Amino acid sequence: MSRYIATRAIRGANLITQEAEDLLNKAIAEKGADCAVAFPNTAYYLPTIFGMTGREVTKLGELKPVLEHAKDLLHPVPTANCWTPYLGETLDSGMSTLLSAEIIEAVRFVYGEEPGRIPGFHMAGGSFTSPDGAGAGGNGYLNGPIDDVQLRAWGIQLVDGRMPGFAAIVGCAKSNEVAVKIVRELQKRSILTFLCGNVNGRSIIHQLQEEGVEMGYDTYIVPFGLDTLSAIYPIGFATRSALTFGGMKGGQAKDILLYNRARVFAFVLALGEVDDLKYAAAAGAINYGFPVIADTKIPQILPTGVTTYEHVISMPFNEIEGATDLERAEKLVQKCIETRGVKIKMTEVPIPVPYGSAFEGEVVRKKDMRVEFGGKYSRAFEYLRMIDMDQVEDGKIEVIGPSFEDLPEEASIDMGILVEVAGRKMQKDFEPVLERQIHYFVNGASGIQHIGQRDITWIRIGKAAAEKGFALKHFGEILHARFMADFGAIVDKVQVKIITDPALHAEWLQKARDAYDYRNNRLADMTDEAVDEFYTCTLCQSFAPTHLCLVSPQRLGLCGAYNYLDCAASYQINPTGPNQPIRKGTTIDKEKGIFGGLNEIAQQKSNGTVQEVSMYSIMNAPMTACGCFECIVMLIPEANGVMVVSREDTSMTPAGMTFSTLAGMAGGGLQTPGVMGVGKYYLTSPKFISADGGFQRVVWMSSVLKQTMAAELQAVCEREGDPELISKIADETICTDVDGLLAHLETVGHPSLMMDPMF
Amino acid sequence: MAKQKIVPSIDPAAIYVLDYAEAMGIPTSFSRANDMAPCTIGSGQKGVCCKNCFMGPCRVTKEGQVGVCGATLETIAARNLARAIAAGSAAHSDHGRDLAFTLLAVAKGEAQGYEIRDEAKLWSVAAKHGIPTKGRTATEVALDVANKAVSEFGQQRGELSYLSVAPPKRQKIWRENGVAPRGIDREVVEVLHRTHMGDDQDASHILLASVRTALSDGWGGSMWATDISDILFGTPSPKVGEVNLGCLEEKQVNIIVHGHEPTLSEMIVTAVQDPELIEYAKSKGAEGINLAGICCTSNEVMMRQGIPSAGNFLNQELAILTGAVEAMVVDVQCIMQSLTGVADHFHTEIITTSPKVKMTGATHIEFDEHHAVDIAKQIVRRAIDKYPQRGETRIPQNASEQVVPGFSHEYLNYMLGGAYRASFRPLIDASFRPLIDAIATGRLRGVAADVGCNNPGLTQDAVHMDVITELLKNDVLVVATGCGAIAAGKYGYLRGEAGLDKVGPGLREICETIGIPPVLHLGSCVDNSRILTVLSQMATEGGLGDDISDIPISATSRRSASRPSG
Repeated sequence: MSRYIATRAIRGANLITQEAEDLLNKAIAEKGADCAVAFPNTAYYLPTIFGMTGREVTKLGELKPVLEHAKDLLHPVPTANCWTPYLGETLDSGMSTLLSAEIIEAVRFVYGEEPGRIPGFHMAGGSFTSPDGAGAGGNGYLNGPIDDVQLRAWGIQLVDGRMPGFAAIVGCAKSNEVAVKIVRELQKRSILTFLCGNVNGRSIIHQLQEEGVEMGYDTYIVPFGLDTLSAIYPIGFATRSALTFGGMKGGQAKDILLYNRARVFAFVLALGEVDDLKYAAAAGAINYGFPVIADTKIPQILPTGVTTYEHVISMPFNEIEGATDLERAEKLVQKCIETRGVKIKMTEVPIPVPYGSAFEGEVVRKKDMRVEFGGKYSRAFEYLRMIDMDQVEDGKIEVIGPSFEDLPEEASIDMGILVEVAGRKMQKDFEPVLERQIHYFVNGASGIQHIGQRDITWIRIGKAAAEKGFALKHFGEILHARFMADFGAIVDKVQVKIITDPALHAEWLQKARDAYDYRNNRLADMTDEAVDEFYTCTLCQSFAPTHLCLVSPQRLGLCGAYNYLDCAASYQINPTGPNQPIRKGTTIDKEKGIFGGLNEIAQQKSNGTVQEVSMYSIMNAPMTACGCFECIVMLIPEANGVMVVSREDTSMTPAGMTFSTLAGMAGGGLQTPGVMGVGKYYLTSPKFISADGGFQRVVWMSSVLKQTMAAELQAVCEREGDPELISKIADETICTDVDGLLAHLETVGHPSLMMDPMF
Repeated sequence: MAKQKIVPSIDPAAIYVLDYAEAMGIPTSFSRANDMAPCTIGSGQKGVCCKNCFMGPCRVTKEGQVGVCGATLETIAARNLARAIAAGSAAHSDHGRDLAFTLLAVAKGEAQGYEIRDEAKLWSVAAKHGIPTKGRTATEVALDVANKAVSEFGQQRGELSYLSVAPPKRQKIWRENGVAPRGIDREVVEVLHRTHMGDDQDASHILLASVRTALSDGWGGSMWATDISDILFGTPSPKVGEVNLGCLEEKQVNIIVHGHEPTLSEMIVTAVQDPELIEYAKSKGAEGINLAGICCTSNEVMMRQGIPSAGNFLNQELAILTGAVEAMVVDVQCIMQSLTGVADHFHTEIITTSPKVKMTGATHIEFDEHHAVDIAKQIVRRAIDKYPQRGETRIPQNASEQVVPGFSHEYLNYMLGGAYRASFRPLIDASFRPLIDAIATGRLRGVAADVGCNNPGLTQDAVHMDVITELLKNDVLVVATGCGAIAAGKYGYLRGEAGLDKVGPGLREICETIGIPPVLHLGSCVDNSRILTVLSQMATEGGLGDDISDIPISATSRRSASRPSG
């Protein structure tokens, strides 16, 4: 009965709030009330406090009123008989626990005690494109709060269903074996796994570390900390999701909670004994609509309401039906998914290693590698083409040429992947759209790494995967299964050839390159003027209900994942889906790209929030953004130009704000003249803020963009008639304030200073 | 035919005291109900009786038979019901009017001892009526709210402001049928006019007018009474209280407040805590002062202040029969004239306080909110003075039960989701999702409101309990107000424990999850308006439908004693 849970949660909340008070008083006495306090690389101040109370805490002293509020939310424990109701009171105590936990973690940051550390711990991540580099995280630190770059990077996966939700695992599994199994089961379903807490000092983080499981952003397994309090980070992540994608403001507590209940498919899995503090934290999670599943015997709360399905489920591990602990672990995970109502899209792929998009980010380091294709020492390519129906034998997989089994370890050989598809609704224009999926499809296999595309593909097979029997033909199995499952609407038949034979490799590489050239020219020829219809993209409306993307040939979606052809293909696949063709209609302003048809749909799909959209202006009715944008473009009035900040850039910008802070203004489906979230390839379009002066307006740009898009940007500069332009654009290594920027622009003679005023 | 003897009560405490009354030959409502043969026609058991003019009374019992004026059975039945509704609406609404005037006096700083205890409620009520709050003081807003309330009683045209709180679909139905009330008093007066001899003679037309009058109470007078009571005395939230005659204290001065309004009784609550008066009581040999309530005044002070309840309507004579009551202070409604007769056998003083209510044989100390504290103290002092005259007492032993009253609609909202999901912005923020879900998933089969009275023509409390116990077993959550609520309390149904062993399995899960009793005490009989508010919010939140009629709720008020609760 839940009076027991109420009692323990309320007791836990009282204790933790007391602890927060003691710690805060000590910190204020030692560091002073003005001492700065923040979570690193995150916007929204201390996010749970900001979301729930609207307080913008930046100094220790400002935590005092938060603590007082947390204390107000406390209640006495229910009496043994003639009790007064306790559900609302328990939920309040849960909220009080979350606020107190965030206070404590924030103070710990002040003392340098957060994130926690485990000797010898190495976090995976930050090294995906350079798998052999040291990467970040080699210093024994656990994760702490998820930074904003990652939050936004995951945004699109959360909305398009690739990442169906997140699991917050608290405690320690029955055995290391069970711990690994649980996490693998979650990974298989692409569920983000957050780890925290311990039982008698031992945490699931220890268990996974001992078993050599990679933890970090790239593997979807994030170790937050060894105590229960670090569960505040997943809650902060959830709060920030609502603020980032839902367009909610700090203090809109109820909206944020309901948003999470409806849209963020998260649950808590409590492994091992549940103590008072865990009950209290669980009550906090339930406030967000996240159910709690325990693998021990605890009272259940079955009626629904605050959560969508059951609130608390008890599934004592040893009582789960199953022959082995591994089977029990599998059933436990299934129950979690059922309880939260997580929708899982799973394709059975007949290969000998686990498969799921949670494995997409896995890194195969050189020392763990069996064989690689492409990279420094060999050439790999991938090419998808449509051919006649009768030329395709569905499911046929051919390996042409020698395999790698006889080669020494860490070998490098040439390979080509040729995917041939046929379908009644297939169009030649969809070839590149489908081809780009190869990256995601191949990466989903555990122990396989795929980087790049076209003729710069770089694939590695790890030793573990090879030992389990992963062979070349399995690339074909993966591609056949996934293309049929995901694109069955346009693809009727798929056959795959894996080519390692040198002569054939050379022949097909040339054919592929011809095709790439043809496509480049074809896409470059497609202009906004040449088409009558643009596409809508409402994929993110599950997250940002008033945001609508309008995708044209010359302006891709702000997430970078959907260009015009993608939308066209998506519409073919799902005619009632998120991408709908929309006639431009009457031209209201050609320069600014304002069209009657587009305004109409924007009004309708934004529920009246947006009245007018211009495709090519940042100053006048700019397009809104959800939150998954790759870059933010923002007016710098003093410089008569704009800056472009990459979401990978954590440094300060001349606007006096970091990406994280700026993102709050750009996202959430709000129209803010002078601020816009865009996909980075929009920078290269002739229609990039063309109404406001185009690319020549760019006065500052994150250096990461300059580096990763060097060739494309150089081409833009030449198109704009100023080949030196890119070197005139400042970046964070040159200046991070307006004065420095102006000095730089004067020195290099940046064109923006001579252009007409922007407004 | 020999008249069947009515079993007076299922409550052993009542039987204990009634046995004494019988032994002493003191008549009570129970004995009189037994002795009085009810007129079968007048009570509606067989035909109808019309007394609307002096040509009759006309008794119409057969199909086709008409009154002297030609009124048919249908017309007479409709007119009688209409007049009962008018009388009931008048009583509830007049109660609301007095509270509105009290709030007005408070806002003007003229009401001694009163204050705005619940500002959050004031803001929310102001918002419901479109009264601006931004940058204004509570007193300024209270003045506007009070004036708005006062104006609605005399309003002649338009619509009552509270109607806008109802689900839009329901509002439309009201307007389409012409039953949206224009002003509170106007609807009562019009029904009295229309049912006067020789006016409206079409039964369905009369009934529509009755609906409009009833709405003027539920969405007018009663709702104002509830909301203003909350503003002045605090919005109730659950607390532990006590019910039945056992709450009377053997060694203390016992004062009972009885009737319907919280205005004076709240001041008496303050007065009995006055150290000077407690000392005075001690000087008279008592150990202290014990305040208890009866009827809806009792509900008002129990759900806000935890003051014990000596019982419901039919306990008013019984309390005096214990011989332990020094004073019974009454305000309005449901006060039996027999009180003074019973009191004559004891030292008890019956004190009437309302300018509207005087009783032969009672002491009249007229209440005036401008001097409320002084008057309350004067009353308490009089009671204390009676203590030395107390004779033998017969307080039933172990005859009280703990209860958890105080389920205001605001608390209902809170209890289902905590402070962060509930808030006091009306309608917008309601979070009845767990309750709606419970009904949608079949854990609960619905909600039933048990409202209304006790009637000595039927066994005391049985009339409520036989229905309530059956409902609970069938997974129906019960909300109760007035005397029904107190009845449920006497038998332990207002305790969380009852949710474990007296209910069906689905309801049990809900009770355990939230920590609620299976019967929720929503307040006094004007607090029936709280039920309307909850239902409106549930309909607005959606899930079961977008109108009140879509929500599986029923209301029962069997054989009421008084007209308002009908």
